[in-house]
Amino acid sequence: MQRTARSLGLRRATNAVMLGVMNVAALVAVLPLVFILWHLAREGASSLSADFFTRMPKPVGEAGGGMANAIAGTLVLLGIASLIGLPVGVGAGLYLAEQRTTRLAVAVRFLADVLNGLPSIVMGIFAWQFLVRPVGHFSAAAGGIALGAMMIPLVTRTTEEMIRLVPVSLREAALALGYTRWRTSLAIVLRTALPGIVTGALVAVARIAGETAPLLFTAFGNQFWSLALDQPVSALPLQIFAYAISPYDEWHRLAWAGALVLIALVLVISLLSRLVTRSRFGGSGD
Amino acid sequence: MGSTPGDRIYRLVTTAFAWAVPLLLGLIALEVVVAAWPAFRTFGLDFLTSSQWDEVRGNFGAAPMIYGTVVSSVLALALATPLALGVAVFLSEFAPTWLRQPVAFLVDLLAAIPSVVYGLWGIFVLLPVLREQVMPFLADTLGLRHTPFFSGAAYGPSMLAAAVILGIMVLPYISAVSREVLMAVPRSQREAALALGATKWEMIRDAVVPYARSGIVGGIILGLGRALGETMAVTMLIGNRHEISSSLFAPGYTLASVIANEFAEATSALHTSTLMACGAVLLAVTLVVNVVARWLVWRVSREGR
Repeated sequence: MQRTARSLGLRRATNAVMLGVMNVAALVAVLPLVFILWHLAREGASSLSADFFTRMPKPVGEAGGGMANAIAGTLVLLGIASLIGLPVGVGAGLYLAEQRTTRLAVAVRFLADVLNGLPSIVMGIFAWQFLVRPVGHFSAAAGGIALGAMMIPLVTRTTEEMIRLVPVSLREAALALGYTRWRTSLAIVLRTALPGIVTGALVAVARIAGETAPLLFTAFGNQFWSLALDQPVSALPLQIFAYAISPYDEWHRLAWAGALVLIALVLVISLLSRLVTRSRFGGSGD
Repeated sequence: MGSTPGDRIYRLVTTAFAWAVPLLLGLIALEVVVAAWPAFRTFGLDFLTSSQWDEVRGNFGAAPMIYGTVVSSVLALALATPLALGVAVFLSEFAPTWLRQPVAFLVDLLAAIPSVVYGLWGIFVLLPVLREQVMPFLADTLGLRHTPFFSGAAYGPSMLAAAVILGIMVLPYISAVSREVLMAVPRSQREAALALGATKWEMIRDAVVPYARSGIVGGIILGLGRALGETMAVTMLIGNRHEISSSLFAPGYTLASVIANEFAEATSALHTSTLMACGAVLLAVTLVVNVVARWLVWRVSREGR
């Protein structure tokens, strides 16, 4: 520290001011969240009704209607995505945790982080080029696969982290008892880490549940009830987007309601995952 | 190492899953570049510098989108970085223990809000506030109307609106990474500074932040990567116009939002390929940005252990 001599009083004052600035920064950073949640609750809650969950969208000009098809579509897409993202992600995570230092492990760990930062719209055009263009039409399957691909890096990294938390002694005990390596890995290590991996999976699902961009040219959206995997399918984020940029007040109301449902879904999953981890790893949460 | 056939099969299977990650990334890059190739071949380097966007004549240039992507992202970082660093330092140095977790959780929640919800909120809450309060304040009260950056009519959808929403969206990423690297600074580093008579602020400025600097820079670059590729909220707020304007009140366009808006409706093969080329540019830039960011963050967190 090459400070020139300054009075202690001045240094103390600077200290106090900077402490104040940090406090204000923390407060200001939390404000957007408060505003967004408050507006969502205010604008969305009044439009939520049984109709919203059970009815289909109505044509412009007609009041009422709901987003039943979008909610069902989102669940279908999340289902397909999980079927792809979970096994691949957990498998890769197992490899990373067990072969920590191989060249492949170092590369995969790094590339998973890089893949995680890939813009979701790029995943969208990739899925279109790879899955939609050859087939000739949009489909739920293409949307689900695009979302599943986005889950892979997330699940891979959390699986690895969770497996690393399993005490080595447990693994050694199993091996000492004559378990083979693969049975130790699956029956002891993976099972012990399972709650943590479930948490990671939930976080990944919550992340992709709100993704819109990868669905624009894959699932594409559908005004009608459809759960067919080879046909376009509606999804909550797509519907919110379409309604938000429309000029109709009735649709704006539905967009807010849809956003409230979507955020509730995401927050419930996030909170749930936090609770699972906390009770599992002794409440420190760090 | 004694290994049974089962072990070998198990290892083979997990290795195959691990290979999925690099293969996926490679496949994405390959498919996008192949699809973008006709556009690159037709326009050459002009693609990056031309501002034309003429679907009828088949003349496409990405300059306005590149400009919009860079300007909106850099502005977003300028808004978010001081706040994010403030939060990170607050959480790692000042906050009482009982406040630490709740505040960190709330800031992290910002990252959990879907982009399309940010867009919805932006259209109906942020835009009116910007149009009726912030923009008049900047232009008239502060008298910035005569600078090229705050000139013209204030409609709402604009580069400024996109930058503000992007700033909110990248804040949690920057603050989470910064918090992590600040926490990784060894305790002895802090204690030494305090023992030499530094105040708490001097300790942070002279002993903690320099130690964590490259990790913090990594976090900021990570935020940049997010901002560059962010799609839905920006598409809903930036105004979507193929023109370069120095005024932040004017609408703009980004690489991601032009793809979101025009891809499904592109009629000619060249138009589609052009949008793919926008995606390829975006992919290349975000890959570089991410690699640099990860490398910086890794270096610090490894040193800290």
